[in-house]
Amino acid sequence: MAKILAVDDSASMRQMVAFTLKAAGHIVTDAADGQQALNIAKTQSFDLVLTDVNMPIMDGLTLTKELRALPAYRFTPILVLTTEAGVDKKQAGRAAGATGWLVKPFNPDQLLATIKKVLG
Amino acid sequence: MNEHQVNEALDSITSIDDNSEQYLTFLLGDEEYGVEILRVQEIKGWDQVTSIPNSPHYLCGVLNLRGTIVPIVDLRLRFDMPPKEYTPTTVVVVLKVEGVTNRTVGIVVDGVSDTHNVIPEDIKPTPDFGASVSTAFISGLVTLEDDTMMMILNVDRLLSVEALG
Amino acid sequence: MSIDISQFHDVFFEESFEGLDAMESGLLNLDVGAADIDAINTIFRAAHSIKGGAGTFGFMAVSEFTHVMETMLDETRNGEREVTAELTNLFLESVDVLREMLTAVQQKTDTDDVRIENVRNKLEAMMAGESVAVKAEPVAVEAESVEELKSQGWKIQFTPHAHLLQTGNDPVRMLRELSSLGELSTEINDGKLPPFSDLEPEDSYLSWDLTLLGDIPEKDVVEIFEWVDEDCDLVIEPLAVKRTTQVEENVVELDKPEAPVTATVVEDVTPAELATASEQTDAVVEELGPAMVAAAIDKPAPKAKVASAPAASSIRVGTDKVDSLINLVGELVITQSMLSQIGDNFTPNMLPKLIDGLAQLERNSREMQEAIMRIRMLPISFAFNRFPRLVHDMTDKMGKKVELKLTGEQTELDKTVMEKIGDPLVHLVRNSLDHGLETPEVRLAAGKGETGLLQLKAFHQGGNIVIEIHDDGAGLNEDKILAKAIEKGLVDVNDELSPEKIHDLIFLPGFSTADQVTDVSGRGVGMDVVRKNITSLGGSVEVVSKRGQGSVFTIRLPLTLAIMDGQTIRVANENYIIPLISIIETLEVNSSDIKQVSGKGELYPLRDEYVPIIRMYDVFNLNPEATDLEEGLLVIVEGDGQKVGLFIDDLLGQQQVVIKSLETNYRKVLGVSGATILGDGTVALILDVPGLIALYREPSLALVVNNDRAA
Repeated sequence: MAKILAVDDSASMRQMVAFTLKAAGHIVTDAADGQQALNIAKTQSFDLVLTDVNMPIMDGLTLTKELRALPAYRFTPILVLTTEAGVDKKQAGRAAGATGWLVKPFNPDQLLATIKKVLG
Repeated sequence: MNEHQVNEALDSITSIDDNSEQYLTFLLGDEEYGVEILRVQEIKGWDQVTSIPNSPHYLCGVLNLRGTIVPIVDLRLRFDMPPKEYTPTTVVVVLKVEGVTNRTVGIVVDGVSDTHNVIPEDIKPTPDFGASVSTAFISGLVTLEDDTMMMILNVDRLLSVEALG
Repeated sequence: MSIDISQFHDVFFEESFEGLDAMESGLLNLDVGAADIDAINTIFRAAHSIKGGAGTFGFMAVSEFTHVMETMLDETRNGEREVTAELTNLFLESVDVLREMLTAVQQKTDTDDVRIENVRNKLEAMMAGESVAVKAEPVAVEAESVEELKSQGWKIQFTPHAHLLQTGNDPVRMLRELSSLGELSTEINDGKLPPFSDLEPEDSYLSWDLTLLGDIPEKDVVEIFEWVDEDCDLVIEPLAVKRTTQVEENVVELDKPEAPVTATVVEDVTPAELATASEQTDAVVEELGPAMVAAAIDKPAPKAKVASAPAASSIRVGTDKVDSLINLVGELVITQSMLSQIGDNFTPNMLPKLIDGLAQLERNSREMQEAIMRIRMLPISFAFNRFPRLVHDMTDKMGKKVELKLTGEQTELDKTVMEKIGDPLVHLVRNSLDHGLETPEVRLAAGKGETGLLQLKAFHQGGNIVIEIHDDGAGLNEDKILAKAIEKGLVDVNDELSPEKIHDLIFLPGFSTADQVTDVSGRGVGMDVVRKNITSLGGSVEVVSKRGQGSVFTIRLPLTLAIMDGQTIRVANENYIIPLISIIETLEVNSSDIKQVSGKGELYPLRDEYVPIIRMYDVFNLNPEATDLEEGLLVIVEGDGQKVGLFIDDLLGQQQVVIKSLETNYRKVLGVSGATILGDGTVALILDVPGLIALYREPSLALVVNNDRAA
């Protein structure tokens, strides 16, 4: 059971992800954009951050960079959700400090498998 | 039976036999009429009504029943009987009328009698024997225990939208 | 675990339709050639979300259609593609198609596949025209067609780079995953570990020699390291390699001793070959990954519960409105307990307190009523939002230039009223665009700027919402209107009508001065329907126009349907309520003022017109107190565009009344629109001015058809 921060500007995605992760026994907090997520991250601690890339105000890659700059999140697994399966996008993720990625669209089982992979 | 007793009876409707149905009887002049008790929403005393312009003479008007506007029909006038003055003991029987839509309509009667259990077999068809009421509105006749006759009213026909004017 | 994600479909549809709206208004506002990067990003994100969501929830057709748009939008935001009018229009068309597709999916109806195909082809053509063809959807690769490198095990050398931990990856995680694949033995190398005092706790110094036993495909091993393959040194060597299939092995085992043994050819593969094989498998893994995902999702979409139509039966309420309601309930509770206390031990000297308490109760009730009404209120922007697109499309088609200005979009009105005002508004706007505003040439010739101005304004006034539609076009053509009215017999040739009266003629049934039926404005379905629709909402519509300068249509609507401002009046012994919105003024009259016209009854001269007098006791067949006009009052009211004077006995108070239905339990009564319950519990009927006028004109309508006599 882990505390997970899920970030996506799409309400239906947030709901689906939150529901899936909660059903697996995790505690989920969600945010609709990077700035909101960063603010939440500064006052709570999370075991894992799951973020979309394309979001208004602050995108997922910037969020990743900002989180890595916070001492509490130096080693926290951060996964980016990306529909782009292209190599260059993954490079950008890595460069920002992301732990790994999950390719959209994914179904709940894939989400849970990936989370399990990271958290154990 | 007074209002209070009838309303209590309404509150505790249970089926006694498998077959019988309960009817509430009321008086109009010398005659006794009955309605299925399941159709009776409540009984109340006479209250001031607001008249509706250009409505049939037997429509007294409408009144406020806990926030709903309910039309009140004077059954005497409806049956072309001589009218009776409304007094504090005048009774209004509020009925649930079924049709294209379900409506609530009240009727003014002389007084309310008892409830009776009637089994369907005891309901006889209505002969056209010149009663003061058009037999279209009577769905059957029942002879009660005390040998009086009760005419069962067809509420839906009597108080249909068309019938109300 | 099986999670049913169809429960999130409704939210997806809602946000997708909103996204499409955002795309549309973004596209409409894009300046060709000098495109705003933020605007493009917003449009891109909307398309991206829809594509992603559609894919996630299994709506593949939508996802695929959106893919091309998304790609081109991506190119646009990267500066690789220019924003042209052609591109914008094609995108707008695509937005329409997407709306249709989503609606069809939501309501489980069919799509116009021809149109979809058509627009898709246009999109692809445009995309191919200006940039390198983008890689199509991942192709599902048959796993069997690839030569799988299997092994009886693997030798893995895993050396994380110093900073690996800072990517949030944990080497232990990889070891754990490996051990789930097969039998893993590990050997740690701590050779690089510095003395404790020099140890950087955030760096990784360890490396592992691993042996993994089992019949495991290499891609499985590689996949475990896919996130960190650039943050470590990784060497994967098979323990032994077989290039043959499993089958022969089994055959060997099952063969009877005397059967020939098929020797399996075992080759030792060099690391170099292994490396290239690894690359191949890498590529395969990349392709297989998304392909497997796509294949997994490409099942038929799960049976969604019946989705409600977009004109939804739900309301989104801001939490602020809910909070204020909760506060008010709290205050109500306090008032109630205070009154209860007073009631418990009432003595006459507590009377002032009781009166105060009751005043407080009245205040609480009123505030709650307002708060609850506000919950059903939404900003009129929901109704206004379709106009930028409508104006854009129409002016394109008509070759006119029009600037649309919207003000007061935040003005709130009841949700149901807003839904019903949509069509009338569209009609009025179309009318302005079609008949009011001129083409650039005509405008220039008239000394105006070539771009016309169409303004929609909304604001609150009294207990109503006012919507104004201004255009600076040609204004109403009085001559044409008058001619048409005379032609239709609506007006006598000799009648002298002021310009205002002439303007009002356009609201008469069947009236249309369009020379040809344009598909834009439609058949003279016309202004009379608009007025009727607005009147049925308890509102009114009027026009003020100046030839050559333009017109203003003004719609007034009550803020809510269920509550109305009423004026109580008395006729004979009965009280009635007149909707304040219908009342123009109240007068005392002198008999000498009244004009009697045979065939037209009594008329009262009101400024520049004659107003028919309706004696209320007459149409309602009541016994009046006053029959002499000088002893009562004349209330000038308006209904359906007609003015009449209602002769009544007296005016009583004004108050807000809750409209109750008379029809629910009784029936429709001519001249009465509903009923209300007064403070004393009695019922008062609410008058309907158009009905009264009809009753006045045709008294026989009052006769009750009474053929269902009892005897």
